[in-house]
Amino acid sequence: MTYLRRRLGLFLLTLWAALTINFALPRLMPGNEAQAVLATLHGVNPAALHALEIEFGVNIHQNIVITYFQYLGNCFTGQLGVDHYGIPVVTAILQALPWTLGLVGIATVLAFVIGTLVGILSAWKRGGRMDAFLPPLLFIVSSFPIFFVGLILILVFGVILNWLPIGGNYSLDATPSLSLPFIGDVITHALLPGITLVVVTAGLWIFSMRNNMITTLAEDYVKMGRAKGLAPWRIMLDYAARNAILPNLTGFAMQLGFVLGGAILVEYTFSYPGLGYLFYTSTTLHDLPMMQGLFLFYTMAVLVCVLFADLLTALLDPRTRDA
Amino acid sequence: MAIPAIGPSSALSETSLGGPSTTARARFVRTLFGNRKATAGLAILILISFVAAFPGLVTHDDPNAAIYGIELGPSAQHLLGTTLVGQDVFSQLVWGTRLTLIIVVVVSVIATFLSMIIGVTAAYLGGVADRSLSVLTDIFLIIPTLPLLIVLAFYLPSGASTMILVLCLTSWAFQARQLRSQGLSLRSRDFLASARVRGERPIYIILVEIVPTMTSLLAASFLGVAVYVVGFAAGLQFLGLGNSSELTWGTLLYQAQANDALVSGNVWWELAPGLAVALLGAGFALLNYAFDEIGNPALRPARRRRDRSAP
Repeated sequence: MTYLRRRLGLFLLTLWAALTINFALPRLMPGNEAQAVLATLHGVNPAALHALEIEFGVNIHQNIVITYFQYLGNCFTGQLGVDHYGIPVVTAILQALPWTLGLVGIATVLAFVIGTLVGILSAWKRGGRMDAFLPPLLFIVSSFPIFFVGLILILVFGVILNWLPIGGNYSLDATPSLSLPFIGDVITHALLPGITLVVVTAGLWIFSMRNNMITTLAEDYVKMGRAKGLAPWRIMLDYAARNAILPNLTGFAMQLGFVLGGAILVEYTFSYPGLGYLFYTSTTLHDLPMMQGLFLFYTMAVLVCVLFADLLTALLDPRTRDA
Repeated sequence: MAIPAIGPSSALSETSLGGPSTTARARFVRTLFGNRKATAGLAILILISFVAAFPGLVTHDDPNAAIYGIELGPSAQHLLGTTLVGQDVFSQLVWGTRLTLIIVVVVSVIATFLSMIIGVTAAYLGGVADRSLSVLTDIFLIIPTLPLLIVLAFYLPSGASTMILVLCLTSWAFQARQLRSQGLSLRSRDFLASARVRGERPIYIILVEIVPTMTSLLAASFLGVAVYVVGFAAGLQFLGLGNSSELTWGTLLYQAQANDALVSGNVWWELAPGLAVALLGAGFALLNYAFDEIGNPALRPARRRRDRSAP
């Protein structure tokens, strides 16, 4: 399993790079920003404060190499310090996580399924009505800044038509419960940011799926399938799409970083209180521990998904196993 | 059903290996102008460049002067209304074009250059150099771009130079990978072997022998990077990580968003810079799409005739 071993090595290297960036940046920048931020924290538990002092190099009078290894140790045991309000960074992240996971998770899966299907169909009926219209349109839409699409939706459905709420995760007067009206309220609040994400990211999948599909349809085994007189839908799905989808799977994990970045902008545009909004507020509040913790978290999230996609690719594509 | 059996990379390398002969170039330019998407993209970019070069010809208002009525609606005097402090939105949009475009073009040129050096060097040298450069590329591909940009932009002093620096650092990786695989396909060609026999140094071979064969691919890389940079630069500034005293479309968006322009009824203050950013991104994307179609005939829209022969 050389392939998987190589990918696992990459996983560890990337994680190490992200940790090192976090450690180096506060030390490279001019000014005593970190000192000022830590000075505002009062009554914080000493262990958490010490973890932060190590991370930002405040009040540390020892060899930087020792500090660096202490910092790495702290990160592996999940000691990322406390945020602006004295709440542990990990706790604050876990509180905001479900909202982002729900919104971005569902939107991304939908975009992938829709984009891949449209890509398959438009390559299959190349030059047809759908092919002439959808791929170029969505390609252009995906070049738009994601928040611009959000702003348009806010203007049309929120301000002009006043159909849907344009901010927050549920109505201010609603009490969280597992009742149907509350769930409905949550869904209506997630609709506009969700649609924004789907519309912008679906284009990515359509484009690559269509191109893969076109290349695959020219293969000999597809001709063989036709010669055997198989039903067209079997050739389309079992012969062509099945192989054409492989690069998209690895692409899925790669594009996830792009999608998560887009989600930060979407959550900010819609004041949706997930991780992205937390990221934004951490920059405005100069909440360095929170900001750096989130950067690590985002990197971890992408890394885990990349590794998962690698495993899946190794499972689906025998060629990678002995590569 | 007739399907041209041409793989994507082989077609691209054929056109790019045509070299700088006049006929090939003339044919390329003719195809470029014959392509509707390319024409539309070019028209958009020429229009925006013109505004960036001669903003004074387009508007007579001073973009920074807060001398007009507050939050006026669009009118003949103020085509897009005025801001919360009484500046003319249209003149801010027009004067903001220049810095917006400069950031995008400078970053795209530098990032394309970086990706070329890293990708081609990795492909040409092979061995340990290739492995380490490829790992570096992969790391930059995986670390999520916007979070990294936010952290970097936060710590550096805000302004256009920081914007350019951090965007250059984060936008070369994808194209470096593409250029590496193109470089790999060239490695065993005879003209490189003869250069090696002549005793040329690797840096000479990379810059003088390999890179000129990739001009069309480099142009495509430039466009690909530009599409992303337009979005990321505007996104960072929209989040408030730009310098508000510098006039760009992104900082305009930030100010409008911070003042709830959409909800308070001053719609064009926010919509106009958003539309401008989208237009710039679409201009690059259209050209990029057209480049793909020109470089790879398999992706061109199928002609009607081909359709009828389908089962």
